[in-house]
Amino acid sequence: MCRTRARGCDSCEAHGVESINMRNKSSDQSRLQLINIEVNGVKMARAVLPETTLLEMLRDELKLTGVKRGCDTGDCGCCSVLLDGKPVLSCILPACEVNGRKVTTIEGVAKDGSLHPVQESMIASGAIQCGFCTPAMVLNAVNLLEENKDPSQEEIKECVSGTVCRCTGYTKIENAVAEAAKKMRASDSP
Amino acid sequence: MSGYNVIGKPTPCLGSLDKVTGRAQYTDDIVLHNPLIVRILRSTRASAKIKEIDTTLAERFPGVKAAITGKDFKNTFGVLPISKDEPAIAKDVVRYIGEPVAAVAAENAKAAEEAMRLIYVKYTDIKPCLDSRQALEKTGSTIHPELKRDTNLHKSAHQQFGDMSEGFKNASAVVEGSFEFKPLNHAFTEPHATQVEIDGSGDLTVYSSTQVPHYLHIALSEVLEFPLHRIRVVKPFLGGGFGGKSDPFGHEMICAKLALMTGRNTKLALSREEVFFTNHGRHPTEIKMKLGLHPECGITALETEALIDGGAYGSFGVVTSYYNGVLLQGPYRVPNFSFKCDRVYTNKPMCGAMRGHGGVNPRFASEVLLDMACVKAGIDPCEARLKFLLQENTITANEFRITSCGLSEGLKTAMERSGWREKYGEKHGKLPYGKGIGVACGFFISGSALPILWNNQGGKDKSEATQSTVRLTIDFDGGVTVYTGASDIGQGSDTVIAMMVAEVLGIPLSMIKIIAADTRLCPVDFGSYSSRVTFMAGNAARNAAIRMRKALTEAACKLMGLPPPVYKRPEEPVNFFRQGGRKPDFSSVYLGPNPDYSDGFIFKDMKIGCVSASGSASGSGKSISYMEAVSKALEGGALQASGIYVSPKMGGKFKGAGAGLSPSYSFTAFITEVSVDPDTGFVKVDKVTCAHDCGTPINPLAVEGQIEGSIHMGLGQALMESMNYVDGAIQNPSFLEYKIPSPFEQPKIDIICPRSDESEGPFGAKEVGEGALAPLVPSVANAIYDAVGIRLMSVPMTPDKVLEAISKVREGGR
Repeated sequence: MCRTRARGCDSCEAHGVESINMRNKSSDQSRLQLINIEVNGVKMARAVLPETTLLEMLRDELKLTGVKRGCDTGDCGCCSVLLDGKPVLSCILPACEVNGRKVTTIEGVAKDGSLHPVQESMIASGAIQCGFCTPAMVLNAVNLLEENKDPSQEEIKECVSGTVCRCTGYTKIENAVAEAAKKMRASDSP
Repeated sequence: MSGYNVIGKPTPCLGSLDKVTGRAQYTDDIVLHNPLIVRILRSTRASAKIKEIDTTLAERFPGVKAAITGKDFKNTFGVLPISKDEPAIAKDVVRYIGEPVAAVAAENAKAAEEAMRLIYVKYTDIKPCLDSRQALEKTGSTIHPELKRDTNLHKSAHQQFGDMSEGFKNASAVVEGSFEFKPLNHAFTEPHATQVEIDGSGDLTVYSSTQVPHYLHIALSEVLEFPLHRIRVVKPFLGGGFGGKSDPFGHEMICAKLALMTGRNTKLALSREEVFFTNHGRHPTEIKMKLGLHPECGITALETEALIDGGAYGSFGVVTSYYNGVLLQGPYRVPNFSFKCDRVYTNKPMCGAMRGHGGVNPRFASEVLLDMACVKAGIDPCEARLKFLLQENTITANEFRITSCGLSEGLKTAMERSGWREKYGEKHGKLPYGKGIGVACGFFISGSALPILWNNQGGKDKSEATQSTVRLTIDFDGGVTVYTGASDIGQGSDTVIAMMVAEVLGIPLSMIKIIAADTRLCPVDFGSYSSRVTFMAGNAARNAAIRMRKALTEAACKLMGLPPPVYKRPEEPVNFFRQGGRKPDFSSVYLGPNPDYSDGFIFKDMKIGCVSASGSASGSGKSISYMEAVSKALEGGALQASGIYVSPKMGGKFKGAGAGLSPSYSFTAFITEVSVDPDTGFVKVDKVTCAHDCGTPINPLAVEGQIEGSIHMGLGQALMESMNYVDGAIQNPSFLEYKIPSPFEQPKIDIICPRSDESEGPFGAKEVGEGALAPLVPSVANAIYDAVGIRLMSVPMTPDKVLEAISKVREGGR
């Protein structure tokens, strides 16, 4: 529902009718855009409407439901995915904008059946309660540790702060990221 | 924890692997065959008559299969049988902005959303009641005329014990204050979602993000006028509840109704804004409180007057009203005690249960007043609290049994570990200006002893209703499946239950599989609220496992050529407060509240060993593999066992005696250190030392997680959270505007679990999910006082309030 309307604005009724006229089915087909993307290592072509978000495409069409919808307004961060390795909010990113790029969702993080060190330490540290923010937390941490092998506590907090978690108070998530960093450094060094 | 194999070992929660790889299916993730998408049209008026509502155009919109309004539902519902005042969709009147007035099911979201705009609603405004004071005034048009009252009062709860005037006369320091608390939202990350699957015979499977599948099951049946046996409720993975998913909801009825009407599967996930409309969060509250303190005797009298704003409907409100009073009966002795709490209806989204239900706001008031009284009497607030704490095996003025309390040790340890004596010294203000330390304590129930829904079933005594039943089956390979109605809402209840079963049977946790929160498969359990699961479902699971163990022991005895074990009746507890009450049920050794299962055998590492079989030493030292015993036991056919939990009979005979009554209570102490910037009013909580007596921690990793989460939520209430309404319209229904603490606000945390063995808890456990929230909030306030000498009585304690109070102190001279 339109937020202004919920707050007592009646003029939206008019907007509603207008938008119906604009969006009839035949015009929908003419507005489709073809995009080429790579999702979790799989190359594909998709036809998307300009207003379709990356979140909608991933969840509704590709059934990658590890991408979570927490707010649809880019506030909670639960919908984060990696776009060419960098975290983006898929709920406010039009799918047509990712043409020619690589998307990684949580489903693509574990490789050949073995977990990423971040995933392992999230489990072992008890950083997962309800788990709704977990996919986004993992992806953000994977990106952080990709770019910064030895992040400070502040840098870890910065990374974790991109996603809302209501269960854990963030403490164990921060510990998990620090642990994963340690583990990855240890396995890097000969 | 001596001798335990599984209990007390930090254990990552079951389901973590699914959650961390994105496999975990939350309600909105389930893919049903071609579901209709449901959208709800919501009221734009806080209070109005629906003069006309017309869905004809919407129904004719391409792709739309059905549209419904309030007329499609006859019965109202509510989580409490005494206040079933909520319609699935508003009929005739709307009572808050955001209330459902119609719903549409269509082939896709776009069609549903566009059709919604074609629904014609004509409102005639009624003067709204938006303020709790105004709600107490006489009016000709109340929000709930069916109550036949001349005000918008919903519930007035009051109790008095002892002699108040005598109590205040004996006090050496009497302090009082008026406190104000803003409405809060649970702000769980997963918005409410529901999907309904309808099969060929028209039966429904309702997947929903709910903490209470069995309550929802019954509410659906009543509202839809559809038989219980044709409805199955399943709770998939759930993204946080905190009380916000512990009511049945209108949107759940709507999806089910639309499925019945269309014969199609239906799907709905609320937007974040709709989550705020649906609310059921913490009541905005005004509290007037007066506390009398004697330095030696403790709190001599405590008088409370509370006014809580319930919003448009009842929800848990009657319970909340009592909790605002009775949850002040601990953690100290309070012999003279009175409270009155009025809950009113207003034209705003309803309030209900939120973590620490009803106990958080009065806890703030009482702990701040206690701090003031200690300063006035010149005594150390920690030492004073230590002296006044409730002791084990005592009974409070309102007849709560205190079966265990480890807070004395807990608070002492917290004092040492936080350096209280060095930092607080003899009187407040020892740390440099702007730095402060404060203390507060609290307690909370481990489940409500009186089940709220089945409480008058068949005219049975209320307290005899079975709180929880858990069933076990055993597979040919010895693996055990646990069927429990308890809802894992992210707190790790499945894990705790599995750990208990694994412990009793001596098999690894990986051999236990849980099937939970499915009303068709799982025996009745009241669900996840009031911190009841570990204690109640845990006891039931433990009892079931002990019965399974008995069958396996008998099989093992046959194989080893030993006589079957003879079970001794356990000694009856001798605590004085049980005298006169009903004795715990010892008709079967396995059904006592916390039966001893020392049967002369050891179940460990997939082996069953005999230590001293049935008193005869003949079998001692013999052992057999667990698998052999399982095979033998399965010779007689499938092996299954079930266990129940029933609260012992307790409580007084006065009105409201059941409120806050619990078989066991947790206790918490916080010592909190803050920095206050006197120029900006910004408060930073630097460190909290938390001692939480949860009895035996079953899973220490989850215990820490619950405490850290409680601290996060408490900090939010203390420093920033508030749902802001203007003319009944919420102004901040998003995570951008409704600010919750970020990682940068989370302080350093030191957690202490004092030793305390709860004799009635499973393996000695008590609650941990909620109790650690309430005392954090006043501990911050008391630390702010220590830092800059201001007493804040309005929560959240935002920088503007801090600054204003500081400037007042400066004007008045410090």
